[in-house]
Amino acid sequence: MKPAPFEYFAPETAEEALALMAEHGVEARPLAGGQSLVPLINMRMAQPSVLIDLNRCPELAYLRGEDGMLVSGPMTRQRELELSETVRAACPLIAKAMPYMGHATIRNRGTAGGSLSHADPSAELPGVALALGAEMIAGGPNGRRTVPATEFFFAELTTALEPDEMLCEIRFPEAPAGSRAAFAEVGSHFGGLALVGVAAQIDLDSAGRCTKAALAATGAGERPTRLSSTEAVLTGEVLEKQSIAEAAEAAAGDVEPLEDLHATAHWRRRAAVAMAARVLHEIADEAGTR
Amino acid sequence: MTARREVRVTVNGRAYARNVEPRMLLVDFLRHECGLTGTHVGCAHGVCGACTIVLDGVSVRSCLTFAVQAEGKEITTVEGLADGESLTALQQAFHENHALQCGYCTPGFLMSLTEFLRETPNPDEGQIRERLSGNLCRCTGYANIVSAVQMAAQRLREKGGVS
Ligand SMILES: Cc1cc2nc3c(=O)[nH]c(=O)nc-3n(C[C@@H](O)[C@H](O)[C@H](O)COP(=O)(O)OP(=O)(O)OC[C@H]3O[C@@H](n4cnc5c(N)ncnc54)[C@H](O)[C@@H]3O)c2cc1C
Ligand code: FES
Ligand code: FES
Repeated sequence: MKPAPFEYFAPETAEEALALMAEHGVEARPLAGGQSLVPLINMRMAQPSVLIDLNRCPELAYLRGEDGMLVSGPMTRQRELELSETVRAACPLIAKAMPYMGHATIRNRGTAGGSLSHADPSAELPGVALALGAEMIAGGPNGRRTVPATEFFFAELTTALEPDEMLCEIRFPEAPAGSRAAFAEVGSHFGGLALVGVAAQIDLDSAGRCTKAALAATGAGERPTRLSSTEAVLTGEVLEKQSIAEAAEAAAGDVEPLEDLHATAHWRRRAAVAMAARVLHEIADEAGTR
Repeated sequence: MTARREVRVTVNGRAYARNVEPRMLLVDFLRHECGLTGTHVGCAHGVCGACTIVLDGVSVRSCLTFAVQAEGKEITTVEGLADGESLTALQQAFHENHALQCGYCTPGFLMSLTEFLRETPNPDEGQIRERLSGNLCRCTGYANIVSAVQMAAQRLREKGGVS
């Protein structure tokens, strides 16, 4: 099948892009990397009548450190997040999760903002953003507003963005010194959309005790889920076999998985527990506490 | 129908200018407008990799890009790899290792792996297989493709070259 006709705009500044979105409203979709939107258009599961291509707005693609934050433009490519030294140093969790997102050729094109705005419940970056407590800066006709990750993801493919709003910037708090990060997921094949994943960043004191735990699961609900019970069990503990087992098991109560063609809700719940255990063991091994 | 737009691109060093509808996919542009039928369409939704080309220096899916997005840009397709009759090290290694059978997937593999060898001159098998996960082959079972990449990588390292 071929795409249905649409009107195409290629603005050169963010301001122009926002003006076009305000003008065309719900009829229009921004086109970022196209790695999720174009398949939908090709299969005619999406038929936007206006496409606003953000690929000619260089000002939307950047990465920089700023006041303890790693700040990314929406059009920064996933491949850059994967390979950038700035990202590796500031937010190692992002660099660790990125290789799981599709394939190198997909990440060459796919963007940070596209993945977060698309909000697939199994996608890695939304889970990472939730675990890290990222902030999304949305821009629209009434100016800019900041939406914390906890309020950004509503449901499958649904975010807090209004139809005339654009995700303009993503701000990730830098990992504190002494913290460690890990990502794990399970799926049918490497590079395909995963079934269930867990992202973790754990702050450890000099004695190897967890002072703060941040974990989020993907694919275990209609949106990425913070594993608050796991975090509570872990805080104040040294990561070793027993504490990890208890903390991971607590994840079963945090997730609200749905049943679909690929897996039962029960399977997804157990997979979230298993992935939580896997990331915590990886962190304990790295920290030498196990 | 929506207004046609002019698309001017350089493909394998040659300039093309055509008027196309915005909805025309880059892969259809290359095949039907430029007559470069080496780039194949397997799935048209990003999963098979048969349509992989190089746009602005990086590998991309030409079925997930509209032709209008390539306006003013440089493209390399599989036809741009060999220098006349002389194959690249990777193409030669595909030939010697029987890394293709029907050949439908081959252009996509070559485009993706050419980039891979430039970025990863000394890959281990795990890295090769991870990279191969982005392209589907229904014939070979991949083993011979892995061997071809290993042979090409070794020859390129001996030569100290890239292509
Ligand atoms: C073969 C294959 C494998 C994949 N595997 C994975 C995987 O394992 N994990 C994974 O997470 N993803 C995977 N994906 C999808 C991922 O690659 C996409 O990159 C991502 O979901 C969307 O990013 P994009 O930049 O391509 O956005 P697009 O496809 O261009 O856009 C996606 C949606 O977001 C909207 N949008 C884009 N940018 C903005 C913005 N700045 N403001 C508001 N709305 C915006 C668009 O209008 C559209 O609705 C895969 C894709 C393919 C083709
Ligand atoms: S035809 Fe483009 S990936 Fe299959
Ligand atoms: S050689 Fe036939 S699909 Fe790969």
